[in-house]
Amino acid sequence: MLTRREALLGTAAGTAGAVLLAAMAATPALAQVPAADIKSLPRQKVNLVAPPFVHEHEQVATGGPKVVEFQLTVKEQPVVIDREGTTMRAMTYNGSIPAPMMIVHEGDYVELTLVNPETNEMPHNIDFHAATGALGGGALTHVNPGEQVVLRFKATRTGTFVYHCAPEGMIPWHVVSGMSGTIMVLPRDGLKDGNGKQLTYDKLFYIGENDFYVPRDENGKYKSYETLGESYEETLNVMRGLIPTHVVFNGKVGALTGDNALKAKVGDKVLIVHSQANRDTRPHLIGGHGDHVWEQGKFSNAPAKDLETWFIRGGSAGAAFYTFLQPGVYAYVNHNLIEAAELGATAHIMVEGEWNDDLMAQVSAPGPIRAI
Amino acid sequence: MKLKVQASMAIAATMLAAAGAFAPQVVEIAGKAPAQMAAEPETVAIAPGSFDLRLPGEFLKNDYPVDAPLQATKVQRGFAIMKYQVSAADYARCVADGACEAPEASAITAGDDMPATGVSYRDATAYAAWLTERTGAVWRLPTDTEWAFAAGERYADDALLLDSNGSNPAERWLARYRSETGKSEPDPEPKTRGHFGTNAKSVADIAGNVWEWTTTCYTRTRLADGAAKAESLDNCGVRVVGGKHRGYMSYFIRDGKSGGCAAGMAPDNLGIRLVREPDSLLARFRKLLPAKVA
Repeated sequence: MLTRREALLGTAAGTAGAVLLAAMAATPALAQVPAADIKSLPRQKVNLVAPPFVHEHEQVATGGPKVVEFQLTVKEQPVVIDREGTTMRAMTYNGSIPAPMMIVHEGDYVELTLVNPETNEMPHNIDFHAATGALGGGALTHVNPGEQVVLRFKATRTGTFVYHCAPEGMIPWHVVSGMSGTIMVLPRDGLKDGNGKQLTYDKLFYIGENDFYVPRDENGKYKSYETLGESYEETLNVMRGLIPTHVVFNGKVGALTGDNALKAKVGDKVLIVHSQANRDTRPHLIGGHGDHVWEQGKFSNAPAKDLETWFIRGGSAGAAFYTFLQPGVYAYVNHNLIEAAELGATAHIMVEGEWNDDLMAQVSAPGPIRAI
Repeated sequence: MKLKVQASMAIAATMLAAAGAFAPQVVEIAGKAPAQMAAEPETVAIAPGSFDLRLPGEFLKNDYPVDAPLQATKVQRGFAIMKYQVSAADYARCVADGACEAPEASAITAGDDMPATGVSYRDATAYAAWLTERTGAVWRLPTDTEWAFAAGERYADDALLLDSNGSNPAERWLARYRSETGKSEPDPEPKTRGHFGTNAKSVADIAGNVWEWTTTCYTRTRLADGAAKAESLDNCGVRVVGGKHRGYMSYFIRDGKSGGCAAGMAPDNLGIRLVREPDSLLARFRKLLPAKVA
């Protein structure tokens, strides 16, 4: 396949063009590419995958920048958010909470088709924290039920970024009803450890954390509503108290435990991307660490090393790279442990492999207390 | 978790002693009008018999956790056990009488056809004492052995049957997680009476999505060679709960989900099913008397 750069170099553009293009490649954020040139770029259509998984992607880009096409369809739907069957009137992109992760490389163009089916009640839009201008695209993407819109933006900064719905006057409600997701813009040459050493992951776990605010009836039972509109006012009242009724990973208490627990093997290098569109959180892998962590999620900064817990600011996504060293059932939690154990922010990772006695051993099993 | 359990031991022992919770004997019924007595709950007669019981608790051999021994167990005397779990309405009557604490707000179900859930071991024993007083018959929680025997074919052997020497502790953790995950129902919303049907012994809803308290204490046992017990330690701050898989819960926990460990599968709900002791001579005599006199 001919890359865009090769194709252009092969024309009569000459030396000046080549120099310009070389400069562009070095600083893709600064170069403005004529619309005609964008049209000539290779295009790639990506089918999004529901979390905690992500679509197939290259970690190191082969070839030059391209236009990557995604589609998100807004789905307003009731979703069950805990084991008791509490049903929330949710708003989602593509039906999942969090919305699917998009992965591109720096210098690529993201071309998003946002569809708002006419069966929906609400207008929606999208604000990409990775995009520049127009409220992150929010001002250019308002779609009423029955409409669609196409937005293109250039991925100029690397990192993990939140995207979310941001309709005027109702932004927080849409966000805490499920309308947020993550886009990861990888450096073209992949992830580095801060000393130039390549970091290649075997697996990527995409964790979206949400705080939900479900009203209760006079008996303390969670309420459910027939329509979004009916749920609005009471939900807003709970939201204004700032105390969530649920704090969950991937849309539901227990979404990543039991049969849905994540899986890995000793030796697996895992990138855990953790996204929270609204509220601060502090991921912690019980019995493990963050070998290389981009707390703010931005890959131009060197990752922090050997973290026990990392801090994800509300409205951002971070990434932690870890190599599993011991087998077992790991809990990955929000280390506000009340939120983890009582409100739902717990995932489990089942890790198979050989136990390393050097790292840890039970020297003496529990038994009656002996004289010391 | 382990730390919490240890710390709770002393408190548990004190409280249980104070509550006089165990196997109430004949209870005086003084000054209660029989009209206020609760209807006698329906029971199922469990015939004597024998079965293989996987002992409860944790077992160690050569310092490694192993499956508990399978013990041939004889149930010499038959016993009567409630056909259904204690209903929300019956438990509410105990609350109304001031003898039981209201269940956890989020777990409140209502009606005669819903099981009481959100109840701790303390609540369960308080209810048994109240029912005993109300009906004149002696009611108590079953032991783990009685529960397992009554559960019949629904009693799940929780042995992992791993073929390993125990040098990789994670194998048991992973196997336990898989085993409990495979048995747990994704929908823990309490169901109406009879939803889970009856087992071969006509006990309804046993091993459904409400786990039932037993009197059996958590034990940790070191096995010598073979299956002989070398030494063992009880922790009665933690009791066995019977259900789809055997659980161990601190006596004050009302919501099994939050009583579990970080990386285990917890019971969906905690409820009550009582054993009815055979009538004492005194009770049999009372039944012969006209209601007004009693």
